[in-house]
Amino acid sequence: MDFYTVLWREMIVLKRTFYKFLASRLVSPLLYLVAFGWGLGRGIRINGGNYMEFVVPGIIALSAMNTSFNAIGISLNISRLYHKTIEEYLIAPLSAGSFVLGNVLAGTVRGLIASLIILGLAFLFGAKLVLNHWFFLVIILTCFIFASLGVVAAMTINSHEDMSNFSTFVILPMSFLSGTFFLPEYLPQGVAYLIKALPLTHASYALRALAQGQGLLPISLAVLGAYAVLLFIAAVVVVKKVR
Amino acid sequence: MIKLQQLSKHYGNIVAVAGLNLHIKRGEIFGLLGPNGAGKTTTIRMLTMLTWPTDGKALINGYDVTRDLNKVKQEIGVVPQQMNLDQELTARENLELHGRLYKQPTAERQKRIEELLDYVELQERADDLVSKFSGGMKRRLMIARALMHNPKVLFLDEPTVGLDPHTRRKIWDLIRRMNNEGMTVLLTTHYIEEAEILCHRVGIMDRGQLIALDTPEKLKRKVGEVAVESFEDTETGYKLFSSREKALDYAGQVKSNVLIRDTNLEDVFIELTGRKVGD
Repeated sequence: MDFYTVLWREMIVLKRTFYKFLASRLVSPLLYLVAFGWGLGRGIRINGGNYMEFVVPGIIALSAMNTSFNAIGISLNISRLYHKTIEEYLIAPLSAGSFVLGNVLAGTVRGLIASLIILGLAFLFGAKLVLNHWFFLVIILTCFIFASLGVVAAMTINSHEDMSNFSTFVILPMSFLSGTFFLPEYLPQGVAYLIKALPLTHASYALRALAQGQGLLPISLAVLGAYAVLLFIAAVVVVKKVR
Repeated sequence: MIKLQQLSKHYGNIVAVAGLNLHIKRGEIFGLLGPNGAGKTTTIRMLTMLTWPTDGKALINGYDVTRDLNKVKQEIGVVPQQMNLDQELTARENLELHGRLYKQPTAERQKRIEELLDYVELQERADDLVSKFSGGMKRRLMIARALMHNPKVLFLDEPTVGLDPHTRRKIWDLIRRMNNEGMTVLLTTHYIEEAEILCHRVGIMDRGQLIALDTPEKLKRKVGEVAVESFEDTETGYKLFSSREKALDYAGQVKSNVLIRDTNLEDVFIELTGRKVGD
């Protein structure tokens, strides 16, 4: 239960800054929905459905990724390099596993809230989506993966500048290419294969299939599960190594 | 209470701490002095398990810092050099976080928080965010935080750096009070007078080694109790003598202005390290 202490701290801060967090999480999905759903995508139909319904699961996936990665990655990186608040946890009798789990769950909560905001917006924009418990499980898994990646990045990258470089070279391309706004099948085959190995691709595929009522994609779920386990282990290892 | 045996830390080819042997007794205030880069902070980081020793051993209350991690963690309180309070939390929440991290039961934790807020006189500001605190208040809160889990040894790395004279004295009083109540204290400092006023014994470190270890009085006696400062052109000359007569003799030969005074720990320090503190 030690991880709860870490989560407890994060939730106090989230409560205290909730409206700021809410507002900041509203802006970019709103812009995506307006630009790609309403503006650009108005006349487009993909696989017989309208583009809005195609793009919303993609936006949820990328927003879950961005929110959970940034929430943990950036704040932990600053805490390690600048505020040194992380030493308070390293000195305490707290295992690396509990420390990582607390942080990852905190990132997951934030990512989940961001995803719910988009769902709310999407309904206002008139998108029709099928929601069930699998849909939310995939969102949670996506958040878990990228919060874990956030821990790995925060603990291994040694400057804020390189942290933002990591976002630019890894997170940003994934946001656009991983089946979020269009299907990677339209790209050259080699590139498409590469993209299909990425976790976010499976997140948006799985969410889209569920939202369109096609049921669960077991392979995508398995891939996401594998990424979650691997990245969580990697996060624990890098925290242990920090001494 | 604290035993170091050949404790060493190497960073590649750089030797930060070179085989330190030291025994700090229960109830002692021990000061570790030395120029920048002498290895003081590295020593503290090894004792507080933030850095792994390359070689040697360190025992705190009989527990090995590389083996009995959780035992050692309960024994020690740490006030690091850098302000590392959680700025997004209030003073009370900072203490509560610490208590929770050390698995204190709720009732005990709440009681201890109130006690410590009184102890460091922060009761009135307990529910303000730490980011609004002054430097002295932050430092006091850091000490309170380190005391939350009732440690037996307190590590203070440069406890009064950047504080005004009033606040500094307040921190000194706090350290003395804790020590009177039985706490063993290991502090590092750049301020020689701080070590002279507070510490029962001091160790002077230079280039990763302990070059002197004694009470401030004995160290002063060792290098000479009387100091003569002579002011020539651009630089001040210092010479230390074992008696007033010898000092006067020397002063008579110097043509420029001289000042004869008692030796202080800074003279010892400079005599032994050959550099001014802060070089």
